[in-house]
Amino acid sequence: MAKFDLNDESLVVIVGSGAGGGTLGTELALKGVKTVILEAGGRNEIEDFINDEWASFTQLAWTDMRTTSGSWRVHKDFANLPAWIVKSVGGSTVHWAGASLRLQEHEFKTHTTYGNVAGANLLDWPITLAELEPYYAKAENKMGVTRTNNIPGLPGNNNFKVLEAGAKKLGYKEVHTGRMAINSEPRDGRGACQQIGFCFQGCKSGAKWSTLYAEIPKGEATGNLEVRPNSQVIKIEHDASGKVTGVVYADKDGKMQRQKARIVAVAGNSLESPRLLLNSASIMFPDGLANSSGQVGRNYMRHMTASVYAVFDKPVRMWRGTTMAGIVRDESANDPKRGFVGGYELETLSLGLPFMAAFLNPGGWGREFTSALDSYENMAGMWIVGEDMPQETNRVTLDPAAKDKFGMPVASVHFDDHANDVAMRDHAWSRGKAIYEAAGATNVFPTPPYPSTHNLGTNRMSERARDGVVNAHGQTHDIKNLFVSDGSQFTTGGAENPTLTIVALAIRQADYIAEQMGKKAI
Amino acid sequence: MTRNTVPHSSGLDRRTFLSRTAATAIVISSGALMCDSESWGLEVKALKPETAHTLIRLARDIYPHDRLADQFYAVAVKGYDEKSAKDPTTLAKFEGGVVALDAAAKAAYGVAYADVGWEADRVALLRHIQDGAFFQGIRSDLVVSLYNQKEVWPLFGYEGESASKGGYVNRGFNDIKWL
Repeated sequence: MAKFDLNDESLVVIVGSGAGGGTLGTELALKGVKTVILEAGGRNEIEDFINDEWASFTQLAWTDMRTTSGSWRVHKDFANLPAWIVKSVGGSTVHWAGASLRLQEHEFKTHTTYGNVAGANLLDWPITLAELEPYYAKAENKMGVTRTNNIPGLPGNNNFKVLEAGAKKLGYKEVHTGRMAINSEPRDGRGACQQIGFCFQGCKSGAKWSTLYAEIPKGEATGNLEVRPNSQVIKIEHDASGKVTGVVYADKDGKMQRQKARIVAVAGNSLESPRLLLNSASIMFPDGLANSSGQVGRNYMRHMTASVYAVFDKPVRMWRGTTMAGIVRDESANDPKRGFVGGYELETLSLGLPFMAAFLNPGGWGREFTSALDSYENMAGMWIVGEDMPQETNRVTLDPAAKDKFGMPVASVHFDDHANDVAMRDHAWSRGKAIYEAAGATNVFPTPPYPSTHNLGTNRMSERARDGVVNAHGQTHDIKNLFVSDGSQFTTGGAENPTLTIVALAIRQADYIAEQMGKKAI
Repeated sequence: MTRNTVPHSSGLDRRTFLSRTAATAIVISSGALMCDSESWGLEVKALKPETAHTLIRLARDIYPHDRLADQFYAVAVKGYDEKSAKDPTTLAKFEGGVVALDAAAKAAYGVAYADVGWEADRVALLRHIQDGAFFQGIRSDLVVSLYNQKEVWPLFGYEGESASKGGYVNRGFNDIKWL
């Protein structure tokens, strides 16, 4: 196992080990580039995962202090938990559900396609679907996405069958068990899905792709990748010419260490990544690193997310099996006749009883609440993933008062729905209700968005430096040897789960970084 | 639940005690709460037994599940007693909250909260305090302390841990037949 020196200035240093950082680090290592990944969380392996919602949450979730503001329901119900993401080696690829969809062609050019939407900071990506397609193909092969590469779709569980029955009755056409990075048969040294049903708590069969066990070990085996867990990066440092020179991080004992670097890539997910850039402000860069545009932290998107749970007169037992292998795709098209731009995917979702009590109706109590929970065994559920509008005022900033245990300002997340988000969500709730009623539901609940598991846009890609933070390769406009590698790069969110796109971008970024290093350009 | 199946993990004790003719489950005896019909007892260390009794009643009124025996609500309240034993501020919060609740009940119905006969009457009182810190503290705690008891899960049909049993691939992951 590689162990690199703190003073080694030839290294690529990556902050975070998730879909972006874990993939980038592995790809670079396979190309012979010496790389250190600094991961804030510990290293929990498959045998450490727990099939118990609250115990797993305690083990894996990022629960460091964050603050919130704005009119979003999350601020009211979960004021210090704006996001449910992972602080552990593998990042959110440990707890994700596996849904692996490509963004659609028009979703790379929303400003051109949707036009000027008042109050929305729409912008076309500086890359097109055609340019990303070869990397989507590589990502799908790497991750083993069902319905690609001759990999059969997963079998439908009870929750899916209810969705399918209702959706087909309504005439929906694109209804199936999804494009999932979960092995339907053994592949890449990992076994087939056992329908365990605790996808969100870490896959104990390893059938679901995660950088933790599907990528990082391959990188480590080359001798070119060192993953340091319990290493929380505090600040990125730069020299008088404005080039980054390394990072300061707190090691497992809380002691400050300085790791030098030739290149730094930030992949801490969309709350910590902008926070790190802002907390790295200096005399030369008083607004934070890579922030000449003022867009660092802005345009925060969370895919609208809401859910629909329905009760039937007979048992469903939706907790049995994959949490999300089920989708209705018809509404993901852009169809402004519905009263909003952009589209949404409807995906099966299940929660265990403990989480259902927490999220079905936060703050609810009394018989209205308990009569719903009494029917838990007869519940089916779906999740709405829709394109919410980027707004400059939806942003991550440094909290003016709250500090972490290292004395650094914590992230504060402000969010208000855009009118387009509200219209889309209302439409999606009514369509989800219609689907379940067509399947025979006796009662249906619109569940408000919970702490965001999709967090995007806060260091967005742009053609021009004044419009965003990074270019088409995730390289910051302002600092050539500073990159962003996670979902904060997204110029807009599209209607699709982000992980496949993050992985595709990381594979492409690795090619670019290696090429630029070879040319000695960075 | 029969007399002999009180799960030990709940921390409640099986006890023998004087029988009562009252139909309601919980009685206070020798500084502890006893439940004859469900066969458990709860020794309180910090809270007054009457306070713990009221908190059990309150917990059920916040999250009423008619098929859940009192013992599950008692386990949640036991947690409050443990916290109160460690921290006098917490103890004061619970005792003070119950004093206020009882005062409101006496003003509206002439009796302490736990003695107000009809659920609808008690819930009407709770609606007045539902935004306050005392109610919200108990409610948000119950979300975990009530619903995260493993013994509660089978009563909702939830089957819990799965990986050690080979997942659901051979245990009915797609066995729905009524569609």
